[in-house]
Amino acid sequence: MTAMTLSHQPRAFSFWRTVEIAGCYLLGLLWLLPLLYAVWMAFHAPQYEARFDLFAPLTLENFTTAWAAAPFGRYFLNTFMLITTILISQFVICTLAAYAFARYDFRGKTLVFMLVLVQLMIMPEVLLVENYRTIARLGLVDTVVAMGLPYMASAFGIFLLRQTFLTVPKELDDAARVEGAGALTTLLRVYVPLARPIYVAYGLVSVSYHWNNLLWPLVITNSVSTRPLTVGLQVFSSPDQGVQWSIISAAALMTSAPLLIGFLLFQRQFVQSFMRAGIK
Amino acid sequence: MSQAKNQITPWLLLLPATVLLAVFTHIPAVMTFINSFYQTPRGKRPPRFVGTDHYTTMIIDPVFWAALKNNAIYALGTVPASIALAMLMAIIVNSSIRGRSLMRMSFFLPTVLPMIAVANIWLFFYTPGYGLIDQFLALFGFHETNWLGNPDTVLGSLMVLAIWKEAGFFMIFYLAALQQISPSLSEAAALEGTGRWYFFRRVTFPLLMPTTLFVLINAVINAFRLIDHVIVMTRGGPDNASTLLLYYVYNVAFRFWDTAYASALTVVLLLALALIAFIQFGILDRKVHYK
Repeated sequence: MTAMTLSHQPRAFSFWRTVEIAGCYLLGLLWLLPLLYAVWMAFHAPQYEARFDLFAPLTLENFTTAWAAAPFGRYFLNTFMLITTILISQFVICTLAAYAFARYDFRGKTLVFMLVLVQLMIMPEVLLVENYRTIARLGLVDTVVAMGLPYMASAFGIFLLRQTFLTVPKELDDAARVEGAGALTTLLRVYVPLARPIYVAYGLVSVSYHWNNLLWPLVITNSVSTRPLTVGLQVFSSPDQGVQWSIISAAALMTSAPLLIGFLLFQRQFVQSFMRAGIK
Repeated sequence: MSQAKNQITPWLLLLPATVLLAVFTHIPAVMTFINSFYQTPRGKRPPRFVGTDHYTTMIIDPVFWAALKNNAIYALGTVPASIALAMLMAIIVNSSIRGRSLMRMSFFLPTVLPMIAVANIWLFFYTPGYGLIDQFLALFGFHETNWLGNPDTVLGSLMVLAIWKEAGFFMIFYLAALQQISPSLSEAAALEGTGRWYFFRRVTFPLLMPTTLFVLINAVINAFRLIDHVIVMTRGGPDNASTLLLYYVYNVAFRFWDTAYASALTVVLLLALALIAFIQFGILDRKVHYK
């Protein structure tokens, strides 16, 4: 290994190089295999679930069975409402806070900023006992708002947007102010448009986080009319229900389908967004 | 703009965020601590002060120790493995290997899916005898294993799933960092005839240090935060062999409705997270090589 040169060197055609490349592909295949198998199971009749046969007939029956067995349509609607509520609130709340941190000097700024960052360590689900009590006191148990509230002021979002706003030249801000624009107008006209790629990045990270979130929604919801997909899938596939594996696979893929398809279509943007969110 | 106005505007901008953060992060953290010294409220009677009773219960509670031990093993097992794999994946995807965008997709895909969905799929893989893993191992003459039903294998099985799910996520951050390393460094090394492993050890790895720190902290937090797969696959069993700390909190609070004891357990969880924060800011930050 030590004696080897860089990959673009002509010496690359050695035996070890071939082994190494094979190893890379094997790792890639290994990572993909579980999902490939899940897809295979979902599109074949239950009798093939543990008996791989390349020529087994394809079927959509698992999907129709799963769809009919639980109110997945309603769950989709709930998840959609949940992520929309969270995303809009996060954009508004985090933008305002980030602007204050990026462009104002005030007493206690560092302390408040540190207090905000505490949430990066202590995510709302860790405090689920107390948060449940708070939501109960507000009379909001089993509502879409309750699922979203603890996440609306996101330290990650505030931090990310603050870093971005800091890179906006102060001169642009001053120019807007000279023309008589107030704080909010300046924010909307100057900062928000310049930070558009960061909003896309943050939006994608946030949507995939909340589409996938289980614990807090599981605790705070208890009816079909509020449960998001993740909780719905958990109720559907509980072991005591005795559902077949191929149907569970179909349901699991179905609930992830919008994210999965979105990811496959916009792979580059997805990956770049996550990268952008990570560099800051 | 007057000085007074300049003092009010930032606070107005911060108002919604600070109120929400106070209500759902700071106050509950403090209340968790306070409530851990009281009895669980029953009916209309105000809860009685019980001092450190819950903590003395905790010290002799074997499930708590099991959860703590499991969580430590889980973190020590998943975090370094995910980080090493993430680094390897990023280097593969960043190299000139053919089909690298397909590889990137395959590494990243598990990250996009809900843990609950993949946990349900893996539940099948782990099925004794019938599942994918046992069927594969049978080809090499292994007997069937009850992966999730045996206290010796259950935690490891969950860890494998967690590594598979998370490594691709961390890969992204390494990929971003690798792309910022100047190509002239590797060109210079190639001219000097530097070995690749040597180059990685002396150049790439140190330059990736800030990313490693960032990923490390996130990975450790996730090891204490993410319990979806425990809920779906094992419910902490068998015999608490796969109970993680937060899962035990969830169980005590929402199955046994002993919220006061759950608060005391949460305090331990918060202390663990505070310790991580302390390590991050106190020790590691100074050792990291920044450009």
